[in-house]
Amino acid sequence: MVLGEGHQRFIQTMMIRGIVNEQEAKTLHHHCCEVHKEHYVADKLEEFIQVVNSKLESLNMQIRTRASEDDGMTCYALVNTANNELTRMSSDYADNELELFRRTLDLIMSSDDSTASSTDILNMADSLQTRKLTKSAAECLLKRLVSDDWLVEKQGDYSLSTRCVMDMEPYIRTMYDDEQVKVCYVCHCLAFKCQICANPLCTVKIHNPCAEKYFKKKPVQRCPGCSELWPNEVREGRQSVSQRQR
Amino acid sequence: MCQIKTGGSCSLILQLIKRFIASYTINKSSSAGEMTQRKSSGKRSSTAVEEEEDDSRFTQPTTSQVQKGMEKLTKAQIDEKTTELVQYILMKDQKKIPIKRADIVKNVLKEYKNVFPEIMNRVQQRFEQVFGFKVVEIDTKNHVYILINKLEPAEGSEMTSGNPKTGLLFVILSLVYMKGGVVPEGLVWNTLKKMRVDPGERHPEFGDVKKLVTDEFVRQRYLEYTKVPHTEPVKYDFTWGQRAEVEVSKHKILEFLGELHSQDPQRWSQQYKDASSQRSSRAPQPSTSSQR
Repeated sequence: MVLGEGHQRFIQTMMIRGIVNEQEAKTLHHHCCEVHKEHYVADKLEEFIQVVNSKLESLNMQIRTRASEDDGMTCYALVNTANNELTRMSSDYADNELELFRRTLDLIMSSDDSTASSTDILNMADSLQTRKLTKSAAECLLKRLVSDDWLVEKQGDYSLSTRCVMDMEPYIRTMYDDEQVKVCYVCHCLAFKCQICANPLCTVKIHNPCAEKYFKKKPVQRCPGCSELWPNEVREGRQSVSQRQR
Repeated sequence: MCQIKTGGSCSLILQLIKRFIASYTINKSSSAGEMTQRKSSGKRSSTAVEEEEDDSRFTQPTTSQVQKGMEKLTKAQIDEKTTELVQYILMKDQKKIPIKRADIVKNVLKEYKNVFPEIMNRVQQRFEQVFGFKVVEIDTKNHVYILINKLEPAEGSEMTSGNPKTGLLFVILSLVYMKGGVVPEGLVWNTLKKMRVDPGERHPEFGDVKKLVTDEFVRQRYLEYTKVPHTEPVKYDFTWGQRAEVEVSKHKILEFLGELHSQDPQRWSQQYKDASSQRSSRAPQPSTSSQR
């Protein structure tokens, strides 16, 4: 199957945008078909993307989806599927900046709530092996990482953006131990912001939006792994919709 | 004669440029794949600073050498190298850095360099079929490539926002074009100053304007910034760069200027003839602007 210009335009736009939400993806689908006068069927976005992916696959690229951990809304991004070490970032950042990013990633992966405080990150700037960064250079770097959509900052704490997770999933799964790589019990995707079981021996983790769906209509909320009472406030998903940044 | 209006209409001009650019982003323009080859006059004393990988060490393999080389490789190996090179070119193109053959050989192909032409062919095919890009060799002497877009820029696309740097570049390209292809730098700076873009000051949108124009745009091959010999203090001229020659349609420039001055582009008959010949020419032609 050959890609039409509508498919190509879709790919080009996704490369520029990085990540889009579901509505934007649907609008883009429509726009691309219209511009090139190609056959358009609303609600056939999935099939459209499948055609695109069939051609991108051998180039180690795919358009993937992921539900946002805040509100469960689906996002679409064009990602690398090969485990190359941060290749997409390596052309934009210096080697000591990449080192600080990697170490920030280490902090995030080993923390319970998948965040790293700015204090902790800035303190690492001195002890980089490649080349030191001054505190102010490190602060600038953090700002850039946020505006380039790799990190998200909230009240001084940094976490990974959805697009970052999608782009670096192969890297993360390769570089970190199973214990550190949290996976949601319900959707089986990487979990960063999530609820955990109160039972210290149980490893079950569930995303907030996944928990809302899973425990809906269940009079008693019990952990699907060990049956302990699930202590977490499941309504959190609703609240974060109004706080949604995108 | 192209006159940029002064005074209060400067901001109006910037508005017009922004509106125009919203419907036409230069780095994704269609030039119908035509290339005007420049005479490699060896006059490139431009200030572009790049890590120079010596291309002269690489000799283009013969067809039979390529064939022999290909026979020794598995399909998987060939596909892997093709993919790697596609990724490499995409990454470089993201920053609008032209890609040199020597760098491709050194960083990607390595021991596969004897099959460079075959891998390059496959890479070009992938770009055309999957992305709608064309790999164009803008410098056949030094073997330098860029990606250009085969797709026409789409009107009304809100998905890709116009970059103000593009507008600025467009003004300079238009100026150079209307002045016959070469413009002393003083005229460019004066024109920009009239639009409240002062190369001597830090601009809120563009930052260090002089650096943007003489370094970034030159590195990206949109402009050439060449020393005028025997000038004291040293003076420079601006001309269109190789990427501009390939990417920017001269018709679009005239359209842009026509809008600016509410005039029919046909009235600038000489430039219009030149633009028409760019559109209809298939064979590479020396560009008049390279003759000084």
